[in-house]
Amino acid sequence: MDESRPIFLQIAESIENDIISGELAEGSQIPSINEFAAFHRINPATALKGVTRLVDDGTVEKRRGIGMFVTVGARSRLVARRRDGFAAEYVRPLLVEADKLGIDIDELAGMLREERTKAS
Amino acid sequence: MTTVARTRGLTKRYGSFTALDSVDVSFTEHRIYGLLGRNGAGKTTLMQLLTGQLFASEGEIEVFGRTPVEHSDVLRRLCFIAESQRYPEDFKPSHVFKIAPSFFEHWDAEFAERLIADFRLPLNRRIKKLSRGQLSAVGVIVGLASRAPVTFFDEPYLGLDAVARHLFYDRLLEDYAEHPRTIVLSTHLIDEVANLLEHVVLIDEGRIILDQDAEELRGSATTVAGPSAAVEQFVDGREVMARDRIGGLASATIDGRLTAPERAEAARLGLELAPVSLQQLVVHLTGGALAAEQQKEAAA
Repeated sequence: MDESRPIFLQIAESIENDIISGELAEGSQIPSINEFAAFHRINPATALKGVTRLVDDGTVEKRRGIGMFVTVGARSRLVARRRDGFAAEYVRPLLVEADKLGIDIDELAGMLREERTKAS
Repeated sequence: MTTVARTRGLTKRYGSFTALDSVDVSFTEHRIYGLLGRNGAGKTTLMQLLTGQLFASEGEIEVFGRTPVEHSDVLRRLCFIAESQRYPEDFKPSHVFKIAPSFFEHWDAEFAERLIADFRLPLNRRIKKLSRGQLSAVGVIVGLASRAPVTFFDEPYLGLDAVARHLFYDRLLEDYAEHPRTIVLSTHLIDEVANLLEHVVLIDEGRIILDQDAEELRGSATTVAGPSAAVEQFVDGREVMARDRIGGLASATIDGRLTAPERAEAARLGLELAPVSLQQLVVHLTGGALAAEQQKEAAA
């Protein structure tokens, strides 16, 4: 866990990541609050706060007496939201560092393409 | 939220020494509390007062609505695990677990058996002959298996190795999830337990100096490091909890969360920002008195 940010946010994000990657499919059940708490060694109230956040924004839904499930359409909504934040969170810092080092846009684009080739 | 224990103006004096100074604190049901502070801060005194082992000099204590002293119906719902529990001469762990049910109405013998196996505790060895860690394990097992609605652990794990401590944290969390209750954990190993806590009470020189939700405390202070001039410029007008300086570099720990523009400003000034852990925060908040004392001693 990262010290600088509230743990409940990190719990919510890790579940979102699993939904985006397909690890947790739409309609599938997510682990219980107590399972999250035990796995991450955190207070169950903190785990509950993280999951409640996902319930509030419609990513997961509670089914009384059964558990919590990923809603239909959750993945595409999460992907859209992450795309909206992508420029501010990843591209801008990249450009700041590139400017500092005198890397221009064309060179940067070349580097991105090269890395993509290496990764695939 | 039901309050299970509360104090008002609670003061405890030993002669001219004030161990607790007008403490107002309350504990809610089904929460895990961290009772933190330096040695001699008053943690044990507070817990002993709450469990009816000491008489207050002044002030009020209510546990389940009444004073704990001499009220067996209150005391049976409390469990206090002392740092160095003394047992009668010739006692073996098996004796402890045999009499425990008569002290705790929610005692779970089956759970105790499982914990004994987990901690590999020899039941029929004399307690005098147990290692320090095994002695601590006896206390930890009693504290967990008592399932007392309010359980105090006062530095429960002297001598327990890292494996046994993590076993304790895991069993505590699992059992708390199944059987919610109020747990008050007093410890110096703050980093290890920080994520288990829902609420933090910090006590220093007999006074409560912090009483706050653990989540709110996370990231509530930040250390700024970089060239001295830039650090000073950035922290100007802010409350600085700690300062350090080496050559032309300085670091300062400031209270309060930073906004996104402030973070950007720090980056522009070439400053590094680092979050302050609960343990570091406690050191900053309670270390000041130590520094002042040392100065006083140096002057004398």
